[in-house]
Amino acid sequence: MTADSTPALVRQADADTDGPAPAGPPAGRGPRARNTKAYLKYVAAKIVGAAVSLFAVLVTSFFLFRLIPSDPVKQMTGGRPVSAQQLDSLRHQFGLDQPMWQQFTSYVGDALTGDFGTSFQFHAPVMDKITEALPATLLLTGTAYLLYSALGIWLGTRTAWRNGSMSDRFNTALALTLYSVPSFWLGLLLIIVFSVGIGPIPGMFPTGGLESGTETGFAYVLDVAHHMVLPVITLVAVGYAQTLLVMRSSLLDEMGSDYLTTARAKGLRDDTVRRKHAVPNAMLPAFTLMFVNLGQVVAGQILVETVFSWPGLGGLFYQGLSVPDLPLVQGLFFVFATAVILANTLADVLYPLLDPRVGR
Amino acid sequence: MVERVPPHAAQPRSRLRILLASGAAALGLAAASVVPGVPLGAAAPQQAQAADSGRTTLTVAVAQSVDSLSPFLAQKLLSTSVSRLMYDFLTNYDAKDNHAIPGLATKWEPSADKLTWTYTIRSNSKWSDGQQATAEDAAWTFNKLMTDEGAAQANGNFVTNFKKVTAPSPTKLVIELKEPQATMAALDVPIVPKHVWEKVGDFSKFNNDTKFPIVGNGPFILSDYKVDQYVKLTANKDFWRGSPKFDEVVFKTYKDQDAAVAALRKGEVSFVAGSPALTPAQAASLKGEKNVKVNEGPGRRFFALATNPGAQTKDGKKFGNGNKALLDQKVRQALFLSIDRKTIIDKVFQGHAVEGQGYIPPRFSAYYWQPSGSQSLAYDPAKAAQLLDQAGYRLKGDQRVGKDGKPLDLRILCHATDPNDKAIGKYLKEWWGKLGIGLKVDCLDDVSVPWYAGEYDLAFDGWSVNPDPDFVLGIHTCAALPTKAKASASTDNFICDKTYDDLYKKQLAEYDPAKRADIVKQMQSWMYDSGYMNVIAYPNAVEAYRTDQIKSITTMPEAAGNIYGQDGYWSWWSAVPAGSGGDADSDSGSGSTGVVIGIVVVVVVLAGGGFLVMRRRRTTSDDRE
Repeated sequence: MTADSTPALVRQADADTDGPAPAGPPAGRGPRARNTKAYLKYVAAKIVGAAVSLFAVLVTSFFLFRLIPSDPVKQMTGGRPVSAQQLDSLRHQFGLDQPMWQQFTSYVGDALTGDFGTSFQFHAPVMDKITEALPATLLLTGTAYLLYSALGIWLGTRTAWRNGSMSDRFNTALALTLYSVPSFWLGLLLIIVFSVGIGPIPGMFPTGGLESGTETGFAYVLDVAHHMVLPVITLVAVGYAQTLLVMRSSLLDEMGSDYLTTARAKGLRDDTVRRKHAVPNAMLPAFTLMFVNLGQVVAGQILVETVFSWPGLGGLFYQGLSVPDLPLVQGLFFVFATAVILANTLADVLYPLLDPRVGR
Repeated sequence: MVERVPPHAAQPRSRLRILLASGAAALGLAAASVVPGVPLGAAAPQQAQAADSGRTTLTVAVAQSVDSLSPFLAQKLLSTSVSRLMYDFLTNYDAKDNHAIPGLATKWEPSADKLTWTYTIRSNSKWSDGQQATAEDAAWTFNKLMTDEGAAQANGNFVTNFKKVTAPSPTKLVIELKEPQATMAALDVPIVPKHVWEKVGDFSKFNNDTKFPIVGNGPFILSDYKVDQYVKLTANKDFWRGSPKFDEVVFKTYKDQDAAVAALRKGEVSFVAGSPALTPAQAASLKGEKNVKVNEGPGRRFFALATNPGAQTKDGKKFGNGNKALLDQKVRQALFLSIDRKTIIDKVFQGHAVEGQGYIPPRFSAYYWQPSGSQSLAYDPAKAAQLLDQAGYRLKGDQRVGKDGKPLDLRILCHATDPNDKAIGKYLKEWWGKLGIGLKVDCLDDVSVPWYAGEYDLAFDGWSVNPDPDFVLGIHTCAALPTKAKASASTDNFICDKTYDDLYKKQLAEYDPAKRADIVKQMQSWMYDSGYMNVIAYPNAVEAYRTDQIKSITTMPEAAGNIYGQDGYWSWWSAVPAGSGGDADSDSGSGSTGVVIGIVVVVVVLAGGGFLVMRRRRTTSDDRE
């Protein structure tokens, strides 16, 4: 998140040393003056709502993946010489021979204690598999998230402020084009151009993976960064457009406001008007979008992780679905949903601090 | 009045901060590509390592993840292939013709009553921790499979007919059977070191992936593993058959096949196989590539059309809704007679397959069977129409109508993920349509549910065949039928026939290889005539490797066979590294470093220059205000 989108952005109207407070919204009282009790009640309601949502996710995840018409045991052993006794034994070990209600109650009971069972195909606790793959996903999508959010806000502000100019038209068209490009296709294209190399362009980046497997120490860090370049570029290229467009449209709405005219009439520099008056108020929709996207950072990007063979959660989820490895997909679904719910709850909790009209 | 703020040159400080931050991030990422020590261009681990230590590494691109490194749990092809490299088996298969040859056992023989097999265990095989591999290790491994349900997950099927396994001496292993079993030289069970594995508590949860190197006695020792990234194996210099020529084999995960092909083109990997084959487009694109050899060998799979012969349980209870018309052998044969297999090979497989006939693919020459001239059901739509007429399905307008007045409409199960199924489905629709048969192609992500429920008429079917055909023959016996309706079972498509079952039992009890092969051929002949399983094609194994990294490699069968997924360790054990200083290095590796550094320097200079100009313009603009 950029410095401009911190809670200080509302307070700064009072603290503005360049001139008197702007006339524009929000017109409510500042956070310090808020009724703390009402705010805490609001926060408590949001937390309770999140807890209810999480429980609903827990229950639905059990039934959702059982709708997939498949026999996990047969899928896993597919093509191998396996006797009928072995199939029965595996089914028994996985608990698939138990009645559905029994499977459900033990699943919910275990899940409430943080135990999502043992993966059918990897013979390891689901939470171990998730914690194993989570750092790779956070590193990739987290880096991309920071970059595309910053780039989107910056370019969105720039294009709106220069609305109608050549650079506005170019940037908006480019963003819309990249936004429409399938990420796996762009990833493959980048591999062909920058990994394999075309014409005078040398192959400078690895075709996939998180590391070469040969480096240690600081060289390892550089090696991982080297492997991150193309997947991050892919994610940023297809991801920044959304923030750009939201920021642009939000700022364009603000740009017609009287308080900006007033600010300009006071003789403030154009940059000050934009940076200290227009952008803070235009940030709210972009802020919401950033929190929505933040929740999705954990889920990773299945297609990009696949194209670049990134060992993250997206790829793990795909492998889980192909069996289906019920404990694994249930656990992953719950973790993904939890991340989104937590990010949304966090946004809900922070929003009244940014926009006093909310939560009153 | 709303007044739009005019576009204006933006202002320095905030943008400067963002610009600097973005620039730093971008440069940081880019810089990583030009830092010494980080390989560029042909950044193959092999070459990187070769430069460091002179070691030779063969890198294989694989699409699968490892499910487990425990040979008691591993199910996937990659994991079982790795087990083959880590642990020796009692026997191996000859690369030339798949016949059983010595492995950990130097010889094996049955008793006169056919119920006891005695194996002589070699005395020159050592575990990588220095201990001797003995018959005791083999006996312990088999006993574990027989007594521990958790340990029997992957290979339990091999011991179901075992009565007792003992090791009277370090070089003698005795296996007593309940019934005679001809597959005793095809026990594909990795033998593990007892002194290491007896410390394992719960076999169903032990994945053998925590302490490296892992003690083994195969041609390679597993030295490192990172989930979903790579499996590293180093050459076992003390391997009794001789040390592998490459110092290291790395199986590197590429989840996307096109990315794997790009990695081969770049030289980042030495070998790429498809899953199960490279697509015709991938193979074609690699064919003209410098330093790349596309290898195409006879595949071990067959692609067939299966008919529903009437789903039933073991005790004869019928279920499912297969079309009754298919219970007539004439109808089944008519369907096969109207399939132009040559067109399917040319158009769908684009030449990367061989026309199907018998049930066992031709690469298994001992068991390969072809129909005689009079028996052959070659493409003949006129004869097909004749057979349908004889079966009572006459043409009424443009439709075949049965005696009950209902048109002959069929359904076929197709795998939605297999483009071949879909393409062939379209051809069948056209060919059978001309005969007056309606066809609905049901493409599903997972066909197993309607299949087990017997709710299909026809299905696209295919199996990978092992050197010993017992398993793929066994899935058509009455014993493989489900005990309950709709429950999954070992059966492939509910075939249950006394003639076939008698032949199956006979071949399993026949210890003379030639006589056994003859019985297996009789079974194929019966299956062909029945029309239950119509083999359309044997798809080829299409794969590619870099000739500047691999000088030579053994295929299986040795004359024009495949490399990946062999029965045995021949390919990776035999691979000879190409001479050092291969073209890949000089082509795009070190040579590109200077180019990249140059590009980065130019970009930095241009960006810096642009930034100064913009800053100057803005300052002027602000001053004007």
